[in-house]
Amino acid sequence: MNRQAQACVLLLLGGAVLRASLTDLYLRYVKEELRPALHRATPADAASDDEHHDDHDGHGHHEPRVAWLLILPALGLLLVAPPALGAYAANQSGTSLAAGKLPEYPPLPDGDPAVITVYDYAVRAVFDKGQSIGDRRVKVTGFTVAGRDGRPVLTRMRLSCCAADGLPTKVALSGNTPAGLADDTWIEVTGRYSSQLGRDPVNDFEIPYLEVESWRQVPAPRDPYE
Amino acid sequence: MVAPERTGAADPGTARPDDTAPALDAGPGPALAAPSDRTPTNGDTPGPPSAESGRFPGRIGSVEVLAAVLILLIVLRQPLAGLLATPSLATWTTVFVSVMVQAVPFLVFGVLLSAAIAVFVPRSFWARALPRHPALAVPVASAAGVVLPGCECGSVPIAGSLIRRGVTPAAALAFLLAAPAINPIVLTATAVAFPANPEMVVGRAVASLVVAMVMGWLWLRLGRADWIRLPRRPDLDDTSRAKAFWSAVRHDVVHAGGFLVIGAMAAASINVLVPERWLQALADQPALAILALAVLAVLLSICSEADAFVAASLSQFSLTARLAFLVVGPMVDLKLIAMQTGIFGRGFAARFAPTTFVVAVVVAAVTGMVLL
Repeated sequence: MNRQAQACVLLLLGGAVLRASLTDLYLRYVKEELRPALHRATPADAASDDEHHDDHDGHGHHEPRVAWLLILPALGLLLVAPPALGAYAANQSGTSLAAGKLPEYPPLPDGDPAVITVYDYAVRAVFDKGQSIGDRRVKVTGFTVAGRDGRPVLTRMRLSCCAADGLPTKVALSGNTPAGLADDTWIEVTGRYSSQLGRDPVNDFEIPYLEVESWRQVPAPRDPYE
Repeated sequence: MVAPERTGAADPGTARPDDTAPALDAGPGPALAAPSDRTPTNGDTPGPPSAESGRFPGRIGSVEVLAAVLILLIVLRQPLAGLLATPSLATWTTVFVSVMVQAVPFLVFGVLLSAAIAVFVPRSFWARALPRHPALAVPVASAAGVVLPGCECGSVPIAGSLIRRGVTPAAALAFLLAAPAINPIVLTATAVAFPANPEMVVGRAVASLVVAMVMGWLWLRLGRADWIRLPRRPDLDDTSRAKAFWSAVRHDVVHAGGFLVIGAMAAASINVLVPERWLQALADQPALAILALAVLAVLLSICSEADAFVAASLSQFSLTARLAFLVVGPMVDLKLIAMQTGIFGRGFAARFAPTTFVVAVVVAAVTGMVLL
């Protein structure tokens, strides 16, 4: 690949990443905190392809070939724009509550129902045995994954950096459970703490239950991860 | 040892010519249209003509091929999207794209820094900054890794640049290993991921530092300079600093980025093909567990700022096994091996990566036994 073609590929890749970071598309792939880095990096990437037309073109014969591969991520972003991690990825890994037990849990946010994350609910239910939830009603949002008993498991992926390290938090549902939903359907569930615990077949970790009062289907949130 | 020693080759730039303003089209349209009006054959190149432009005026160059490939892919967009809609392939694509999106800023940052080292920092600086004796330079370089926050993708071109500027390879390699493993961001992430086990942070820092220094010293005893094949870069001696700088940036982004793509594809494949439940069987056997997580760290190629959270989630494994995961990951993984092959050559990567793996596993196991 010669210089001009390399310049085109870099412009394509820089443009693709910048475009993703200017819309909410980047949220499917990386944490929101990375956005400023994406903004800073891509102009530099594109600037490096300003043409020099200097006299030692084509030095080294092996190096340019690998540059062709850079088309792939650019087109992956521009043409395909794959979806955020969903049920397939959630089934690949075990439920993850990385933080472990805290000595004390802060009170739930105000409001009835209290709006919390799936992760927050799972941590309070598993490690705090629901004490900091009490008999308050909570509202959580996640997507559905078919459980072993046919009932959907409410799931939300968590990212630490990018989707390669995405880990699911799973909460099983009891009571007025949704039925007939396809995998990857986003729902908002209102319910109360249940002391029932299940096990994730993947890593044998505890999956808490949530006693469902009501649920409704919702559009996918802006940031699909927690 | 790699490049002939020259003294006083350059001093820090005083008046740097104004760099070209970044002009970037955000949308795909202009970027896609670009190839067609940039043919290499129309002789707009001042100076001696390049191989592509001069000798074969009617030849199809890589810009034309690129344009054809792009047009073909756009035409085939619908069937392509249909193919990628199956859950496993969609997940593969998501992981692949996200590894690249996540790595691009760190890669560009590392490449800018490495180009600055290659072009603006004089050779004499390194002679003054590092102890003269290579065996002493190794621990200093390892400790210097603390100041470079960022993922491992950036540290490979930086290490290449350091060697090019006359830093002893042992010290540059120690820096390459230490920088992604023990910087403040990574250690903070580890503390957050293991709130109940602060000794994991100490264990990670100590074990990673020891591995980096051991590898540096091993290189001094056993390493041979001709294993490292840095490509010849006449453009770095360009009389115009700005020109040399941007040329180095473009070269490294394309080069290291291309190999990063290979690593990202491998990591995405592992992510999709290897379900976590396979690991379950290995968790109960202490020695096998350490080896299993060390191998997993190599295959998954997770960014060093995020691997602590993944390690924390592998709760069925012992802390020592998870320490091995954290020590091995930032030093040996598929995407690093691919990038090291690209920057230092195949002969180097084939020796360096397995040795680092063994040293890292042993050091992590010993540290785990003592500390955890």
